[in-house]
Amino acid sequence: MVLGLDFHVIWDNLTYFFIGRYPHGPLGGVGLTFYLAVVSCILSFFGGLILGLLAISRNRLIRYPSEAVIQFVRGMPLIMVIFWMYFLYPNLMGQPMPESQTVILALTFFTSAYMSQIVKAGIEGIPKGQTEAAISTGLSHWHTMRYIILPQALRNMIPSFVNQFVSLIKDTSLAFIVGVSELTQVATQINNRTLIYPTEIFLFIAVIYFIFCYAFTTLSRYLEKRLAWAKAI
Amino acid sequence: MLKYKFDWAIVLSGKYFDWLVSGVKVTIQLSAVSIVLAFLLGLIIAVMRMSKVRPVRWFALGYLEFFRNTPLLVQIFFWYFGSYKILPTVVNDWLVTQNFEFASAVIALTIYTSAFIAEDIRSGVLSIPKEQMEAARSSGFSFIRSMRYIILPQAVRITIPPLINQFLNLVKNSSLAMTIGVAELTYQARQVESYTFKGFEAFTAATVVYIAMSIIITVAVTWYSKTILSPLRAR
Repeated sequence: MVLGLDFHVIWDNLTYFFIGRYPHGPLGGVGLTFYLAVVSCILSFFGGLILGLLAISRNRLIRYPSEAVIQFVRGMPLIMVIFWMYFLYPNLMGQPMPESQTVILALTFFTSAYMSQIVKAGIEGIPKGQTEAAISTGLSHWHTMRYIILPQALRNMIPSFVNQFVSLIKDTSLAFIVGVSELTQVATQINNRTLIYPTEIFLFIAVIYFIFCYAFTTLSRYLEKRLAWAKAI
Repeated sequence: MLKYKFDWAIVLSGKYFDWLVSGVKVTIQLSAVSIVLAFLLGLIIAVMRMSKVRPVRWFALGYLEFFRNTPLLVQIFFWYFGSYKILPTVVNDWLVTQNFEFASAVIALTIYTSAFIAEDIRSGVLSIPKEQMEAARSSGFSFIRSMRYIILPQAVRITIPPLINQFLNLVKNSSLAMTIGVAELTYQARQVESYTFKGFEAFTAATVVYIAMSIIITVAVTWYSKTILSPLRAR
């Protein structure tokens, strides 16, 4: 008993919080939160890479539209993106999509726009001399990007990518909106069932999210320091 | 392919238009109240974060890390569903006489945003040369007074662009208040969709408003940096 709080409810539902009804049913709770975050992170890495490269293209017909898409997505709340996906996909395709896939698509679309900014900044951070040297050795524009610029730029981007992953972990909580049983949804379910322990339940999941996010934030800071150190020598 | 009949009139006039407009009003109210409170709280936390007294500094650091690394949605739920057990009875009694959904959303948004603003202010302060503080202290100003009269007035000016960006984030984040029933823009768009099955029109209207707000805010930041900040830096 702390502050008159009773944490028995956490202990009684511990496995439900962490894995949902798995292995007797679908994965839920922390497990599903991580699944959503990891899958969307991988997908939006590629999405962001493509979008970022398009946004620095020298061809205006490519650059302007991709810039517009990026600004458009960045001006929208994630919740709207999820609603759009949830509503638009069945209307366009004529068949519904599982909710967790809807959320993964929405998160990927949303996060790609933010990742593309990281990619853009990373590429622009590489000294111009590198490109000039590569081009004058006879590499094509694309080969220069692929073999000279990106390998260096991507390494510098790693801390920002990790930060984006932290945002993704936090953003997966919005999957609650369309009824995906990730950690926040599981918590509201348990809260609806028990009714009198909301403080304990939401404090507990806040701490769970905090532990994971803080671990990755710390990792990102550590990587940033190591990168700075590697550059200095 | 699309067997969908568009009916834009539905969101451009009449009852549903009024709903959306009231949603925009609530979104702006929510964001405006929260940004002011978050700025004040962020300022306090930023000063505490730079304090020489260790427990004060640690408290501020813990505050920053905790609220930045927890989802806003969970924080909203915590204040809405769970705060009654930890708040004093007086505060609870007062809160339930107010618009409790709105109040919880304001509390959650304020605290969440203040953590980000505090970091922005801190980096603004760190960009002020150390000698300014030393000069202030050696002419007899206390730490708080040097902050108040010398450092913060300069730092806040530099911090305004990131602050405006935080306001943009806040406008977008305020959409999460719909989950506890605050009738802001996203909530109203959803409402129009459920009443009319015209989701495409309703969501388009809400999206257009959000994008418009973000464009206005982005233009404001660019204008400020170009016309106010760059000349200051050049000097």
